Amino acid sequence: METTHTTLMKEKLLELYHKEQEAIRGNATPMVNRIRQHAFSRFRDNGFPSIKQESWRFTDLTPLLNTEFVFDFSNQSRSMDVDKIFTCDVYDLDTFSITLLNGWFVYKHAPLTRLSNGTIIGSLAKAMEVYPDLVDQYIGKAVKTEQYRMAALNTAFLQDGLFIYVPEGVNVDKPVQLINIVNAENPVFLQPRHLIIADKGAKLTLVHCDHSLTHKVSFTNTLMEVYAEENATVDHYKIQNKGRNSALVTNSFFHQKKGSRLQSNIITLNGGFTKNIVDVSIDGTNCNSEHYGLYLVDSNQHVDNQLNINHLKAKSHSNQLYKGILDDEATAVFSGKVLVSRHAQQTEAHQNNNNILLTDDAKANTQPHLEIYADDVKCSHGATVGQLDPEAMFYMRSRGLCERTARQMMMIAFASEVVQKISIEALQKRIHSMVEKRLRGELTICEQCVLHCNSKEPTTFNIDLSKL
Amino acid sequence: MLTIKDLTVSIHGKTILKGLNLDVKEGEVHAIMGPNGSGKSTLASVIAGRDLFDVDKGEITYMGRNIFDMPAETRAREGLFLGFQYPVEIPGVSIANFMRTAINEKRKHLGLDPLTGAEFLRVMEEKKKMVDIQSKLASRSVNEGFSGGEKKKNEIFQMAMLEPRLAILDETDSGLDIDALKVVANGVNKLRRKDNATIVITHYQRLLDYIIPDFVHVLYDGSIIKSGGKELAVELEEKGYDWVKKEAGAGNAA
Repeated sequence: METTHTTLMKEKLLELYHKEQEAIRGNATPMVNRIRQHAFSRFRDNGFPSIKQESWRFTDLTPLLNTEFVFDFSNQSRSMDVDKIFTCDVYDLDTFSITLLNGWFVYKHAPLTRLSNGTIIGSLAKAMEVYPDLVDQYIGKAVKTEQYRMAALNTAFLQDGLFIYVPEGVNVDKPVQLINIVNAENPVFLQPRHLIIADKGAKLTLVHCDHSLTHKVSFTNTLMEVYAEENATVDHYKIQNKGRNSALVTNSFFHQKKGSRLQSNIITLNGGFTKNIVDVSIDGTNCNSEHYGLYLVDSNQHVDNQLNINHLKAKSHSNQLYKGILDDEATAVFSGKVLVSRHAQQTEAHQNNNNILLTDDAKANTQPHLEIYADDVKCSHGATVGQLDPEAMFYMRSRGLCERTARQMMMIAFASEVVQKISIEALQKRIHSMVEKRLRGELTICEQCVLHCNSKEPTTFNIDLSKL
Repeated sequence: MLTIKDLTVSIHGKTILKGLNLDVKEGEVHAIMGPNGSGKSTLASVIAGRDLFDVDKGEITYMGRNIFDMPAETRAREGLFLGFQYPVEIPGVSIANFMRTAINEKRKHLGLDPLTGAEFLRVMEEKKKMVDIQSKLASRSVNEGFSGGEKKKNEIFQMAMLEPRLAILDETDSGLDIDALKVVANGVNKLRRKDNATIVITHYQRLLDYIIPDFVHVLYDGSIIKSGGKELAVELEEKGYDWVKKEAGAGNAA
């Protein structure tokens, strides 16, 4: 039995799909539209995720769908001067910067840029027109719409987002920074779609920032598919600093070929409701797949990280480390699953989730999970939910540190294990200082992307250090 | 500097210290000895400000102030230092960062400007030499993965950094081999001044071969049953505690 909100929302989407057919299909390739139709059928049959599904047991979408959302199937943003509403002050982080406003690519220069090394960066909608073969070769291949309902929904309505293609052997030396801004008068429902391809031996670093410049209700269901071909290296950093009224579902699908290296970092500093789904197919030998996450939540914020790492071939290595600090009535969910298929001998897979609860009302649900069908593997998993060590607290106080400082130091230390994994030094420093500010209660949600945007009405969220 | 009068302390209704008296003046080194379970570590913890205990009776005056009016961190900033019997591991917090924060909080309390990074580094180098500590240690997390000897050396290093008025070393010698013991004792001796004082809590007399105490006290069953000069430590080493207990028992009976 679906609840009324969910049913109404689903019906609305089914109706919109037909009514707006022409706009939605736009200039998409026939292949994309076939994938779309298939995904639409999935959504029609399965609907929204339900708390009856194991992976959504602690994360209920229903209340969030009880809003009259506004949908926008044509790009209103292309001519927008984004600098007027958002200026990016990235002084020591030199990036190739892309902005999406309300899910649409903002045409700052050109919709698609081809760098001298052959790398293509730009709008997915435009890429479908200009490079249809390249798009068709990859799009949807790694996206499991039968298993993931929100991925089916995104695919049914896919129109625009970021497209990156890095040719064989090319090292994109500047990180590509994607700034996802939500700024609307009405409650918007957005579904950006990103397609990232790193061809053989290519190297790419992607910094992905999710922001809201408004305190209006919004719902974002974003999907990113990343293809790392043989010996490619992809570093992906996702920084989430969203308003209290925003709901964010991110679907990330990674497909790794032989010898490829992937690092994914998801840093959730704020967010009313956040569900991050990461699905990795390690479809080659000697791959390395590292997944780090940090979430700092308070008030009634909710964050859910769901990871499925699928070892399909032998001799690869994966690691997951997710850590969180929860204050007030915040809730967090971690479900990490490692599947080692019977072909994936000599797999090494580790996962760990550690939580610190600052109040009795904060809640963390953690489910590390291993499913192993091969017999020659090295796997481990672990999870902790605890409070700051009182022995360490007294030790620090006995050296003259007040409780507040001692607690801050311990929390920053706890978080830094994840922050240290960020390999871009400038970004690491910035995130580290953001985490420190966050833990001191000094970070506003609208510190600009990597990050200090100036909101007209900055909101501060405090993790109250005087508790415990 | 430190005056303890009739101190009675309990934990979960069990009385540990029973009317303890002690007077420590500037420039003095006191050794407190006694068998296991006599209340030595409890005494150190209560002075340092651990709030696990109930103080049922008595008073402690430190630098002319009632010590119970000050939380643990204020006592530390006023120059009290406890060298832990079991130093705590704090993953992710580097010793350098920890010490810099501690020193600057103390300086702020005393109305002094914080040390700059360069000043701090200079002080740290100097103190590292003083206690014979390897240079890498400061960048490591506090006590994390340290051997027993390294942990104790680190306590003395922190003591050197914080320059306390009154240092209480709780079984700093336990688990140390003779070389580490010498290093620790050496550090303590170098830090000895006319205007500070040290209380050494120990089980064994051997540490007192290197740190020469002015007074030796025997703590037994929650109170000090005998006090004397450094020769008392030698006597205890030779004859054990039984004779002191008997003497005290006889005294009580009389």
